[in-house]
Amino acid sequence: MLHHTSSLAVCVFAAIVAGVLWLSFRLGRKGQSAQGYFAAHGQVHWAVNGIAFAGDYLSAASFLGICGMIAFNGYDGFLYSIGFLAGWVVALFVIAEPIKALGKFTFADALDARFNSRGIKLAVAISTLVVSVFYLIPQMVGAGSLVTPLLGLPQWAGVILVGIAVTFIVVTAGMVSTTWVQFIKGSLLVLFCGILTVLILNRGLDVNAGNPGPVTMTPQVRTVTPDGTVLIDGQPQTHDHDLRPVGTIARLPERFGDARSTGPLGPLAYIAALEDSTVVTWSKATHTDDAGTHETFTPRERPAAELLRPGGYFKGLASGTLAGRLDFASLMLALFCGTASLPHILIRYYTVKDAMAARKSTVIGIAAIGGFYVLTLYLGLGAMISGALDPTDTNMAAPLLARSFSETLFAIISAIAFTTVLGTVSGLIMAGSGAVAHDLVQGFMGVTLTDHEKVRIGKLAAVGLGIIAMALGILFKGFNVGFLVGWAFNIAASANLPALVMLLFWPRTTKQGIIAAVVVGMASSLGWILLSSETFKNVYGLDAGLAPMPFSQPGLVTIPLGFVVLVVVSLLTSPQQPAPISDHAA
Amino acid sequence: MLVRVLNTLWDGGMMHDDFREQPNLPRASRVGLLLFGIYVALYAGFIMLVLVRPDLAAARPFGGVNVAIASGLGLIVAAIVLATGFLFAPTHRG
Repeated sequence: MLHHTSSLAVCVFAAIVAGVLWLSFRLGRKGQSAQGYFAAHGQVHWAVNGIAFAGDYLSAASFLGICGMIAFNGYDGFLYSIGFLAGWVVALFVIAEPIKALGKFTFADALDARFNSRGIKLAVAISTLVVSVFYLIPQMVGAGSLVTPLLGLPQWAGVILVGIAVTFIVVTAGMVSTTWVQFIKGSLLVLFCGILTVLILNRGLDVNAGNPGPVTMTPQVRTVTPDGTVLIDGQPQTHDHDLRPVGTIARLPERFGDARSTGPLGPLAYIAALEDSTVVTWSKATHTDDAGTHETFTPRERPAAELLRPGGYFKGLASGTLAGRLDFASLMLALFCGTASLPHILIRYYTVKDAMAARKSTVIGIAAIGGFYVLTLYLGLGAMISGALDPTDTNMAAPLLARSFSETLFAIISAIAFTTVLGTVSGLIMAGSGAVAHDLVQGFMGVTLTDHEKVRIGKLAAVGLGIIAMALGILFKGFNVGFLVGWAFNIAASANLPALVMLLFWPRTTKQGIIAAVVVGMASSLGWILLSSETFKNVYGLDAGLAPMPFSQPGLVTIPLGFVVLVVVSLLTSPQQPAPISDHAA
Repeated sequence: MLVRVLNTLWDGGMMHDDFREQPNLPRASRVGLLLFGIYVALYAGFIMLVLVRPDLAAARPFGGVNVAIASGLGLIVAAIVLATGFLFAPTHRG
């Protein structure tokens, strides 16, 4: 769809982004030592760190991806919310305090605390870079989606804009400015999503929402011709002749009689009324011929109750196929195990002063993140019936929902979504930058670096990662960002969690076992993803049936594989005397 | 063989042997592990419900809200409650 650009939206967006960059520049002087640049001197207050956790974690996938997935596929998008939060339970109860005590700058510090092994440093640095890059892709895709309706720029321009802004943030002050950017972004995101949810409940269910005319049940066809011209129903696309926005209520429950709106509803009454309503959803079919690629969007009336149960996205749950069920179970396992394996989350534990501060900040983070994920259910369902959805872009559901209330709210929500991307990408680039400077150059290659040189290499690495992120963001345009993040969780959980958990709980773990688990977990999960049906269909443009992997999410196989490899290799290389274990945090 | 390759390529005998000069490892709190076990049971139960009894997930015993949504919201609330309770546990194991 073509979107009108409003000057108000541009002004609000520019003000928020400029404020974030100004703050970053102002804080730049505080982070010039390696300890300051990579870990904010370990002096961040636990409450600030807790909200910064939320700012770091609530990425484009959580805001844009989940809302879009719920709006287009119903309940299954909410499964991501449940899984994303569940992962924090692992982080809090199992990982937080030990990792705070073990590390200083990077995730590799923790895994290598017992061994001083170059192999561990190399393997974990590569794993950190792979996970960070996979996590960067959806953030950049989300940024590109945002700028099109907000600023009237093409997708690639949004990706470049984010890339430059984030690189500036990371290069100017490292973890100090990154922490404050994430704190501000996390606070704004939860606050304004709360406001948006109140507006959704106040609107209730409204047949006329965003669509003053009668509900139209005619299919729409979008054609992209070989020369790149876009046609809508056979005519050139213009602002006056464009795809109609979709997603409406067709009929309210009988208990509301002939009313066109329920009026304000409470949180549970809203869901109950929606379950008894009939909605109009749109399926998409694509085919290509000599005239171009045709996307046909076909409306269908259906009971909303069908969308509020599992199976809308994970078709295997509804059809009962074994592969479909395994795909779902695999994703839920990866989400549960993935959070505590994400390098950019783990390094945030080095920014607080002790184990208790690590615990407190995680609890604050869980409260903020959990509250937000409850809101995603209402944002997604509200978008589903807002009459404002762009059928070509699932990632724009939340901002367009805001536009159905007011242009000002749309501008604010879009700007916050943009800072959401800034905050998360900053954290990812920080993690990658530390992996290069601290783990690869100093740890693995054995180069002796002064404090200043270490920071300079970290900044150069940040610029390199920024460029890679921009290229991948343009390449992966069109993917749902929530789905892409699911892959990143699979790789993180497969590569990192077995080594981390076994290091903490199994005294016979050896350095060879850790190296083997990280390498096998990373390679197997990455290989599985590259050979999955989703990649065949959406990346290679091949027939999904040719893919050799039985389901798309590898975690169910590759996470246990990492544990098995670690145990076997450790037993084969175990010395005579077991390691001493302390009963107290170091 | 894999082990020999890993040793030769990456450490080559230059680095410390296993279990030499090892710092004592910090451990997770026992209370934390107990709370973790409780949550794992809840999470696993939820996944099994969706996998094995999707018909039950669609049932609506909670004032018109179906089991799938109610249990999903319940899991999120449970995580927040357990996390808050953990604030009062000691920071070391025992």
